[in-house]
Amino acid sequence: MQRDRPWILRTYSGHSTPSASNALYRANLARGQTGLSVAFDLPTQTGYDADHPLARGEVGRTGVPVGHLGDMEVLFDGLDLATMNTSMTINATAPWLMALYVACAERQGAPPTTLRGTTQNDIIKEYLSRGTYMLPPGPSLRLTADLVLYAVEHVPDFNPINVCSYHLQEAGATPEQELAYALCTAITVLDTVRERGIGPARLSSVFGRLSFFVNAGIRFVEEVCKLRAFAELWDRLGLERYGVADPKLRRFRYGVQVNSLGLTEAQPENNISRIVLQMLGVTLSRNVRARAIQLPAWNEALGLPRPFDQQLSLRAQQILAHETDLLEYPDLLDGSPVVAERTRQIREAAWAEVERVLASGGMVAAVESGDVKERLVASNAARLARIESGEQIVVGVNHFTESEPSPLLADGGAGAILRIDPRAEEEQRESLVAWRRQRDADAAARALDAVREAARSAANLMPASIAAARAGVTTGEWAAALRDVFGEYRAPTGVGAQAPTPVGDEVSPLRREVATLAREIGRRPKLLVGKPGLDGHSNGAEQIALRARDAGFEVVYEGIRSTPEEIAAAAVQEGAHVVGLSILSGAHLELVAETLGALRQRGGESIPVVVGGIIPDADAAVLLSSGVARVYTPKHYQVDSILSGLVEVVRQAHA
Amino acid sequence: MNAPPELEPLVRGVCAGSERDVARALSLVEDSRAAFAARAVELQRRLLAQTPADRGHRIGITGPPGVGKSSLCRALVGRLRRSGQSVALLAVDPSSPRSGGALLGDRARLTLDPGDPGVFVRSMASGGQLGGLARAAGAAVIVLAAAFDAVLIETTGVGQSETDVEHVADTVVLVVQPASGDVLQFIKAGIMEVPDLFLVNKADLGQVAEVAERELRTALLAGGEAAVTPVLRVSAETDVGLDELVLALQRHRARLEESGSLIAERRRKAVRWAERLLTLRYGEFLLERSGGADEARRRLELLLQQGAVPAEAVDQLARAAGLG
Repeated sequence: MQRDRPWILRTYSGHSTPSASNALYRANLARGQTGLSVAFDLPTQTGYDADHPLARGEVGRTGVPVGHLGDMEVLFDGLDLATMNTSMTINATAPWLMALYVACAERQGAPPTTLRGTTQNDIIKEYLSRGTYMLPPGPSLRLTADLVLYAVEHVPDFNPINVCSYHLQEAGATPEQELAYALCTAITVLDTVRERGIGPARLSSVFGRLSFFVNAGIRFVEEVCKLRAFAELWDRLGLERYGVADPKLRRFRYGVQVNSLGLTEAQPENNISRIVLQMLGVTLSRNVRARAIQLPAWNEALGLPRPFDQQLSLRAQQILAHETDLLEYPDLLDGSPVVAERTRQIREAAWAEVERVLASGGMVAAVESGDVKERLVASNAARLARIESGEQIVVGVNHFTESEPSPLLADGGAGAILRIDPRAEEEQRESLVAWRRQRDADAAARALDAVREAARSAANLMPASIAAARAGVTTGEWAAALRDVFGEYRAPTGVGAQAPTPVGDEVSPLRREVATLAREIGRRPKLLVGKPGLDGHSNGAEQIALRARDAGFEVVYEGIRSTPEEIAAAAVQEGAHVVGLSILSGAHLELVAETLGALRQRGGESIPVVVGGIIPDADAAVLLSSGVARVYTPKHYQVDSILSGLVEVVRQAHA
Repeated sequence: MNAPPELEPLVRGVCAGSERDVARALSLVEDSRAAFAARAVELQRRLLAQTPADRGHRIGITGPPGVGKSSLCRALVGRLRRSGQSVALLAVDPSSPRSGGALLGDRARLTLDPGDPGVFVRSMASGGQLGGLARAAGAAVIVLAAAFDAVLIETTGVGQSETDVEHVADTVVLVVQPASGDVLQFIKAGIMEVPDLFLVNKADLGQVAEVAERELRTALLAGGEAAVTPVLRVSAETDVGLDELVLALQRHRARLEESGSLIAERRRKAVRWAERLLTLRYGEFLLERSGGADEARRRLELLLQQGAVPAEAVDQLARAAGLG
């Protein structure tokens, strides 16, 4: 019997150090994984070395730290890059990690033409939801185009950009919005490339190398239709806007990580069912089947998954690919009038939004003005409101919450997640210092000068970056050189322009509570929402800020990537009654301790601090005993009850 | 924190520029509880007594939402700081009329060094007055002016805040955005005479910025203000025109000082601010009970001359009329 070849099976992974991650990759491949998906830590993603102050607590936390060529070689030690298919989730620093990858392959004897895989290299969604940008949009897009143009010529089998709508859905996008903004992003990149004066043939091959990284949520029928609509619009865009004649080059190609947003902390074992169903959305329809799939683990809302948890997710893929008969049939959905109609609706709504964005100046303008961000924040607020009201059922969270005690979470779940050895960060810092000491300092300095010079000129940055990789330049040094030339950037938070959320009536009990508190303490309670560290996932902080305002708080929110010192300064100067910290990277113990210390130093020790994030119970206990007033995790989905808690905290502090 | 803070150490701390004391003093002047309000009046009296009448520079920055005031203020705070002055920024945002809540911040602290004691940023919600300056803004400026050399007051430029800010600032800067129709709106609203300085922001937009500048100059010419009111093009984004802005601000202050009107203007404006507070708290009713607007002004003037702070003078008028 003729079976289709399965998609590439991957697991998004990496942590602690390059050598620990290398061991993990080898184990995953031995279990039947057919490609690698590298998770980098936040300092690597945002261009800081492990010994930079902003990197404290974040090194090796959400992924592997790669500070230089030596790290890259350890990471892929014993893995043949000439035959590997490697996906790298890397954006702001994508040209640099690609330079390290090319230089590392070169040392293995693998020429660039043999390399296959993906760099995400999609900066736009970083401004909208994920937050790991480093430069303003203009220069960032130039870097994107540099990598794309370099790869199309020198690394022809590599996907140098993976337009990523994944995080848009995480930020609250509807299927129509996810599709529309992914296309707008692709258009921005293609237009940028075209403006560089390349001919139609080259433009067509760039179009052909452009792939997508989508999200697939639990409403899997709608997701299939979204993908079919995606393929139709992509084909049309290639033909009409970019004159791509070869239909093969207009094929919609994508990889997927199914939705983590819908994974719950309550009854986390249910997430296994969710993950499998979400996988159907990207595999059922053969014509739009994913080229590569990675599944999250059942316990992601609790903390970092262990190798065992990743294995469980990999097995789910293998069962669908090898045990079921899915791969034996042609497209199952062709000819279904139901699917065709829903596909048409999504396609038309998405295209209308594409046209709106293009008419108002394009995606970069829409990002800079906060327009798109505001729409996403609004969609997310609506989604949360549906869950809170019970209109949208989440099993085990707002319905069917009765549960047997879970044997998977014995000891409060302390053993059910991966703990990062705190010594890993120290180890990484030491090895970085040793690396800097042993390299040829003059050669590194000269290579950095060349990077700066290339950045100032119109030249492609890749050759200078690859030369810098060979010369032993570090990630932080490369990024600092570009920050010198192009400057830093802060994206709009999207919360300023939000209309009040239509939740509750005007005199809701919560508003009354807040008004009463205001009378007791003489002014409206003032909440400072802070995001310390490098974690850019700001959706939670934004929703709390909005809802607190709607409840009658005065809210100060200054966006992502604040240092503990900045947060303490703001708390004291603003006369905040309570500080709320949001930390999703897992660095909560370090960052909270530093923030509390900074507050003490400024005489702000009487200001209560609450913390929200992916925080295991054991860590929550540590935080509470160190003086934190409340800890909130994903199981606290009722925003009103969180805000009620804040009222309580302020009242106690002023009693 | 159910008793108002002791004044003696607080006054000393504020005058010494202590971050924590300045912050506490600002919270005190925002406090609506009676015992705290009385203490806040006393605090202002003492701070005024200790601050030389011609000290520092109070700069009001206003303009419609979205013209880039926040990034401009951020750049300006940095510039003034580098010139050796200590700088405070008071940023006023509107409160939601339905919930009373407000979203503040999202702005100036971003690129500033949290370790620099010479920079201070505070946001304030306008409270019940949609688009107006916060009721406590005048008192907050008294606190900040006792602690810092330069005080920037940023308002959203909605409703009455452009004219409100005039009462608490020595120099009013109006920021407009090219190609936005702003200029026309200002001419219509008849507030072209309020600002001491016009800024066309986003000068990096090129030709449209030049057009906006020309429109402004024409409008000023028509109003007879062209000779004295400078128009500058700036770009906080690309750092264009900021040196000129600092220079123009210094020039305006120097002119006030040379003409001997700096202190007199501050006194005159304090009376206006008191009138504004009066109508905010008691409306037309108190004006009538006090014998009309002119009589109320005369009495406020007198009280202020005798050393009362605006909030206190308003309270005295109210008591005299059998209110409050």
